[in-house]
Amino acid sequence: MGKIVVEVMLKPEILDPQGQAVGNALPRLGFTFAQAVRQGKRFEIEVAGEPTPSMLADVEKAAEEFLANTVIETFVVKVEK
Amino acid sequence: MRVGVVTFPGTLDDRDAARAVEYAGAEAVSLWHGSDDLKHVDAVVLPGGFSYGDYLRCGAISAKAPIMKSIIIAAEHGFPVLGICNGFQVLAEAHLLPGALTRNADMHFLCTDQTLKIENNKTMWTNGFEIGQEIVIPMKNAEGNFNCDDATLHELESEGRVIARYVGVNPNGSRDAIAGITNKRGNVVGLMPHPEHAIDLLTGPSKDGLTFFTSVLHSMIAGVK
Repeated sequence: MGKIVVEVMLKPEILDPQGQAVGNALPRLGFTFAQAVRQGKRFEIEVAGEPTPSMLADVEKAAEEFLANTVIETFVVKVEK
Repeated sequence: MRVGVVTFPGTLDDRDAARAVEYAGAEAVSLWHGSDDLKHVDAVVLPGGFSYGDYLRCGAISAKAPIMKSIIIAAEHGFPVLGICNGFQVLAEAHLLPGALTRNADMHFLCTDQTLKIENNKTMWTNGFEIGQEIVIPMKNAEGNFNCDDATLHELESEGRVIARYVGVNPNGSRDAIAGITNKRGNVVGLMPHPEHAIDLLTGPSKDGLTFFTSVLHSMIAGVK
């Protein structure tokens, strides 16, 4: 069984109030390392066997049309072991 | 005149939308997301709610429903479509309207009677208003922050496609305080606040919302595009 991962992030110019809220909470918990936080989504897709190039092309299409809204988000498709 | 009201899983305001359609003098026809049958209606309302629990993105899963395939084809030929709140989010996800509705800038779920200024009375859903008319209708959402790139914003503004803007403090961070927009043809309108909740003083802050529903009937009778 293979695993294809799609990671989706808001574009840098789109305000991410969720990420900001997380970023503001960290120092209150004593974690002072963060200058900024942005929050995204990760889809783990299980497939039968090793992902083939045509399967990856299909995932790319699904990400473009559905998993991400490219008006406000970017995405990357990766194969994970 | 028959106006369809679509119910998706998680839609909340379909009953109020149907009621508003009937107050305006049309027959409300219930449409189901899982069917592609528009039942020979003359216009469609996509009502508010939390279809699919706002999973993935607000409106994203509903935008791929069978009924939307029929609505997209019809809308491209001038069929009137009004998306309210979650319905606006569905229209944006279906690319019938540009831009996207994102999380409110202050993270709050807003629930208030909101004043809006009408800026375009040429659309099929707003022709009964005066330009500059201020209306008060309820607003209730957490993802009403209208976003788009600079080129799209310029296009919307230069073509007069902002149909309503928030008056006073921008409640959610929307670009140019945009509350609602239309497509180029003026048959598809999306609006975050809820006109269907403002049709009777017994239950709403005003009757201002009714004009959206009477406008579309007027458009169809007059053949106005």
